[in-house]
Amino acid sequence: MTQLSYRAAFGLIVKRDLMIAFRHRDDIINPLLFFVIVVTLFPLGIGPESTTLARIAPGIIWVAALLATLLSLDRLFKSDHADGSLEQMLLSPQPIFILVLAKIVAHWLLTGLPLILIAPLLAVLLHLNEHSYGALMLTLLLGTPVLSLLGAIGVALTVGIKKGGVLLSLLVLPLYIPVLIFATSAIDTAAMNLPYNGQLAIIAAIFFASLTLAPFAVSAALKVSTN
Amino acid sequence: MMWKWLHPYANPEISYHFAGKILPWCARLAFVFLAIGLTWALLFAPADYQQGDTFRIFYLHVPAAMLSMGIYLGMAIAALSSLVWQLRLADATAAAMAPIGATFTFIALITGAAWGKPMWGTWWIWDARLTSELILLFLYLGVIALHNAFEDKNLAGKAAGILALVGVINLPIIKYSVEWWNTLHQGATVSKLGQPSMTADMFWPFVVCFIGFAFFVTALICLRFRSEILNRNSMRPWVRELVATEEKVHAV
Repeated sequence: MTQLSYRAAFGLIVKRDLMIAFRHRDDIINPLLFFVIVVTLFPLGIGPESTTLARIAPGIIWVAALLATLLSLDRLFKSDHADGSLEQMLLSPQPIFILVLAKIVAHWLLTGLPLILIAPLLAVLLHLNEHSYGALMLTLLLGTPVLSLLGAIGVALTVGIKKGGVLLSLLVLPLYIPVLIFATSAIDTAAMNLPYNGQLAIIAAIFFASLTLAPFAVSAALKVSTN
Repeated sequence: MMWKWLHPYANPEISYHFAGKILPWCARLAFVFLAIGLTWALLFAPADYQQGDTFRIFYLHVPAAMLSMGIYLGMAIAALSSLVWQLRLADATAAAMAPIGATFTFIALITGAAWGKPMWGTWWIWDARLTSELILLFLYLGVIALHNAFEDKNLAGKAAGILALVGVINLPIIKYSVEWWNTLHQGATVSKLGQPSMTADMFWPFVVCFIGFAFFVTALICLRFRSEILNRNSMRPWVRELVATEEKVHAV
């Protein structure tokens, strides 16, 4: 039997997860719908004045993105854990780091990327300042992978627990705070037509730190959860 | 082997009795230090020239805030040693520390609010230190909730340990990120290296109070550590023997 190269194993898992997701399209569309509905609720609750909305638009879009990601995290490991394929993956000769990273990348492609694509439309609805669009897209591009990576730790810890949903949000949301702060701060700075490289650099640093460290935490947590 | 003297304490029975031995001493020292420190601080230390007697809540607020972070660090170290060296008792220590740390975080927040009302005119302000203390409380509550969610306490300890470690990496990031709106909270007074920026007759009662609270926390950890051990080993013969002798003592 020939051994799969790391790249082949990575590609196989990403492809498999994408294929499963495209066969249950609701799983992709529902978090997006949730994202859109949450964002539309805010103008209804706060009032339609465009200046107020423009002021709070970055926060609304980002908080809605956090919540939508949180909702979608469940499918990252849950069904694989239920049908036993997760244990098979952990037993495979490939390092867990690669497999976990592949699953997280697939998750980001299925939730983070659509969120980024739909965000400008919602920004128009919220009268976001025209200077802020670039910052919004860049922060989402760097920030949403962090949401998937940190969220994966929470899912891996709670996958063995029956009612893990509420617990998951309690574990994961505090960890999302730095990304939220720097992203909204970058968008606000951009609205004033000032350079926002500093905030972007910090989000990028958080991204790379979680890219290298989170898979280790996820694999340790999966080992505990599958026991 | 340098660490060989430590090996017997991997046995839960020996650790249980060791914790039982140091517990009364910590409790007594805590009582003495707190009695002296709090009397000194609340009755005899000079009042602040600006804040008057209100500032005395400082002697409760600052030790609680410092210990809330110290306990989190201790919990993370225990969790790390449990993951690296597979020490089961380190798990029990971490589990014992989490609720105590959460309580001290809560005390720091409440006393902070009570201090903020007369000084700043508001119970709560979204200032950097207050916010990071609030997030610390959330992290503690997450660890406790995760620990409670597992039936098997050994698994619970490992899972909560991983979360505590992730939290300890995040804590400095959270702290620096919330410092972006730094507004009202006064800068560090006590922890400045070298000269503390308060007079000696205000500073020394604080030291005594802090030592008292630290012993108090140690005593509480010993207490909870012992009950964690009993909980996890309830089927072992030595625990049953212990219970049987206890029952005999109470029957007499």
